[in-house]
Amino acid sequence: MGILVIFIQKAITQGIGILYGALGEIVTEKSGNLNLGVPGVMYMGGIAGLMGAFFYETNARTPNGAMGLAISFLCAFACSLLGGLIYSYLTISLRANQNVTGLALTTFGVGFGNFFGGSLSQLAGGVGQINVPVTGAAYGKIFPGLASMGPIGTIFFSYGFLTYLSIVLAVCLFWVLFRTRVGLNLRAVGESPATADAAGIPVTKYKYLATCLGSGLSGLGGLYFVMEYSGGTWTNNGFGDRGWLAIALVIFALWKPLNAVWGSILFGGLYILYLYIPGLGRSMQEIFKMLPYLVTILVLIVTSFRKKREYQPPAALGLPYFREER
Amino acid sequence: MGTSQTNKPSGDAGPAPATGTQGKYPPDAGHTSGARPAVHREPLIHLSKRDDVALPKAVLIRLAAVALSLVVCAGVIFLLTRLNPLDVYKGFIDGAIGTSRRTWVTVRDALVLLCVAIGLTPAFKMRFWNIGAEGQVLVGGLASAALMIYAGGRLPGPALLAAMFAASLLAGCIWGLIPAFFKAFWNTNETLFTLMLNYVAMQIVTFCIVFWENPAGSNTVGIINSAKNVPSYQAGYLPSLFGNAYGWNVVIVAALTVGMYIYLKYTKQGYEVAVVGESENTARYAGIHVRKVIMRTMAISGAICGLGGFIIVSGASHTISTSTAGGRGFTAIIVAWLAKFNAFTMVVISFFLVFMQKGAMQIATQFKLNENASDVITGIILFFILGSEFFINYKVRLRRKT
Repeated sequence: MGILVIFIQKAITQGIGILYGALGEIVTEKSGNLNLGVPGVMYMGGIAGLMGAFFYETNARTPNGAMGLAISFLCAFACSLLGGLIYSYLTISLRANQNVTGLALTTFGVGFGNFFGGSLSQLAGGVGQINVPVTGAAYGKIFPGLASMGPIGTIFFSYGFLTYLSIVLAVCLFWVLFRTRVGLNLRAVGESPATADAAGIPVTKYKYLATCLGSGLSGLGGLYFVMEYSGGTWTNNGFGDRGWLAIALVIFALWKPLNAVWGSILFGGLYILYLYIPGLGRSMQEIFKMLPYLVTILVLIVTSFRKKREYQPPAALGLPYFREER
Repeated sequence: MGTSQTNKPSGDAGPAPATGTQGKYPPDAGHTSGARPAVHREPLIHLSKRDDVALPKAVLIRLAAVALSLVVCAGVIFLLTRLNPLDVYKGFIDGAIGTSRRTWVTVRDALVLLCVAIGLTPAFKMRFWNIGAEGQVLVGGLASAALMIYAGGRLPGPALLAAMFAASLLAGCIWGLIPAFFKAFWNTNETLFTLMLNYVAMQIVTFCIVFWENPAGSNTVGIINSAKNVPSYQAGYLPSLFGNAYGWNVVIVAALTVGMYIYLKYTKQGYEVAVVGESENTARYAGIHVRKVIMRTMAISGAICGLGGFIIVSGASHTISTSTAGGRGFTAIIVAWLAKFNAFTMVVISFFLVFMQKGAMQIATQFKLNENASDVITGIILFFILGSEFFINYKVRLRRKT
C-alpha cells in the first residue's frame, strides 16, 4: 500500500512535465502544425526560467520567492514562445517543411539549453553549480496541512502549484477547443485551411497564435522539470527524451487535453515502473523502459485500424497552406 | 538535373500559378464602399510561385543564406563571449581541416551522415516521412556489433565482414519495414511511428549492453575485440584500403551515392517511387502496386540506414552505445531535404554540416566554450537555409507604386 501510494505520487511527478509539453503540442497540432521542435522548446523554457531566477537571485539583495517565481515563469514562457515564433515564421510565412524545421528547432533548442546550462556559471563569473534555492523552494511549496493527510494527502496534495496549474490548463484548453467559437475556428484551420479561409477565418493569424502559445505552454514543461522536479538545478541533457514522450502523449491522448491528463500519469508510471517491480534484472529494466513508446505505437496502430473520425489527427497536419495553391 | 524538383515544396504543385490575383478585388467590390475605392489597394507584399529557377540563381540564394547565417552566428558569438568572431571562425577551419587527422575525422563523419541521408532519400521522395533513421542506424550497428562479439575470431576475416554487412542491412530493413507495413495496409501515421521506433531501438541497445558490457560494471561495451594476442583481435574491423584507414568507408558510401542516383533517376522502380510520392491515386490509376512500392522502398531505405550503422561500428568506432547514431539520423533528414533528394547535392551539404560541427567543437575547447555551442550554431544555419528555400520557390514583389 505504501509503495503504491509512493508509486502514484512519483508517476504524477514524472508525468506533469510531459503533460505541459503535450498540452502545448495539442494546441499547435490543432492548427495543423506538427511541431517536432517540442523537445528543443522544452529545453529552452527550462533554461530560460532557470536563468531568469538565477540572475534575479544573484542581483537582488534579499531574493523573494514569489518574485523569483514570477520572473522565471515569464522568462520560460517568453523564451519558448520565441522558439515557437521561429518555427511559425519558417513554416507559416516562409512555408518551410514542418518536420525538417521542427527537427532543426530541436537541435537548436537542446543545444541552447545545454549551452547556457553548461556555461551559466562561467558567464556569471565561475560560481560553481547553478542553484536557485529561493525560487526552487517557492515552486516546491505545497499545501501545509493537506499533504500530511495520509495517502490521500500524498497522492493529491504533495505537489507545487505547477502541477495544479497543468490540470486547470487542461480543463481550460478542453473548454476553449471544444466549446467556444475560437476553438471551432482553430480546429477548422487544422482540418481544412482552405475551407476555413473561404469561411473568412484568418488562417495565418490562427496558425501563428496557436503555434506560439502552444510552444509557450510546452516550455512550461521544461520549467516544471528544472524547478519543481530538480529543485532549481540544471544537469545537461537531464531532461532526457521527455520531449519526444510529450509528442507521443499527444497521439496517445488522441489530441484531447483531458485524455492527456490521465495519459501523462500513465506515461509517468510506465517511465518509472521498472523501479517498482521487484526482482527485475538490469536487462529487463531496459525492456520495461520501452513501454511508453510501445504503448504509443500500439495506440497509433489501433486507431488506424478503427477509422473513427474523432480518433484521427487533424486532417491538414503537417501540410503547408498557400492560398493560391489549390 | 535537380532544378526540375526545386519548385515543388509541397508535392502537389498545381498547374501554372495564378500570378497577380491575390489581394485584387473583383471590379464590383469597389462599388460597395461607395466613394472610397482607394481603400482597396494591393497588399504590400505580393507572392507568387516560381515556375522554375535557374540553377545559378538557386545556388546564389543558398550561398547568401549561409553567409547571412554566419554573420548572425558571429554576432551571437560576440555577444556571448566578446571574442573576435573572425578568430573564432579561424578556429572553425582549424578544427575541421587543420591537420590531416582532423580532416579524415571530418570526412569519416560526413560519410556516415551522407550514407544515412542517401538511405532516407527514396522514402522522402515517396513522401514517406521516415524520422526513424536514428533507430535504423542503431539496429544495423547492433547487428554488426553482435557478430563482432559472438563470431569474432571464429569466422575468417572477410566472411565475418560480409556477414556483418548483410546482418546490418537485414536489421535496418526489418526496422524500416515495420512502419511501412502498417502504413501500406492501414495508413498508420509513419512520422510518429518511426519516431517512436527510435526509442525502442535505443532500449534494445541498452538491453544488449547489459550482456556485453566490458569491463563489467562500466555500462559500456568498450572497444570490441581490442584484446591483443587472441584470435578475435580486431576481428570485424574494416581494413584499410589504399593505405587509408577509412578507404572502405569512402568506397561503400560513394557506391551507394552513385547507385541511389541511378536507381531513382533511371530505373522503373525509381520512377514508381516518384509517382507514388506525387500522387497515390495517380499511381494506383497507372497500375502501380502502391502497397508493394511503399514496403519495397522502406525496406531499401531502412537497409541503407542500417548499413550506416555497420560503417560506424565496423569502420569507425568499433563499439556500440545509444549514442552510436548520435543524432545523425535526425541531421540526415535535414540533409536529404535540403538537397531536394539529389544525391550529389547531399555530398556538399553533409560535408558542410560536419565541417561546421567539427569546427564548433574545436572552438569550444580552444575558447573554453561549452561544446553545445556547435548545436546552437548548426541550428541557426539550418534556420537560414530552410528559410532561403522560400525565396527559391516563390517570387516576392513589393506593391507597385500607383
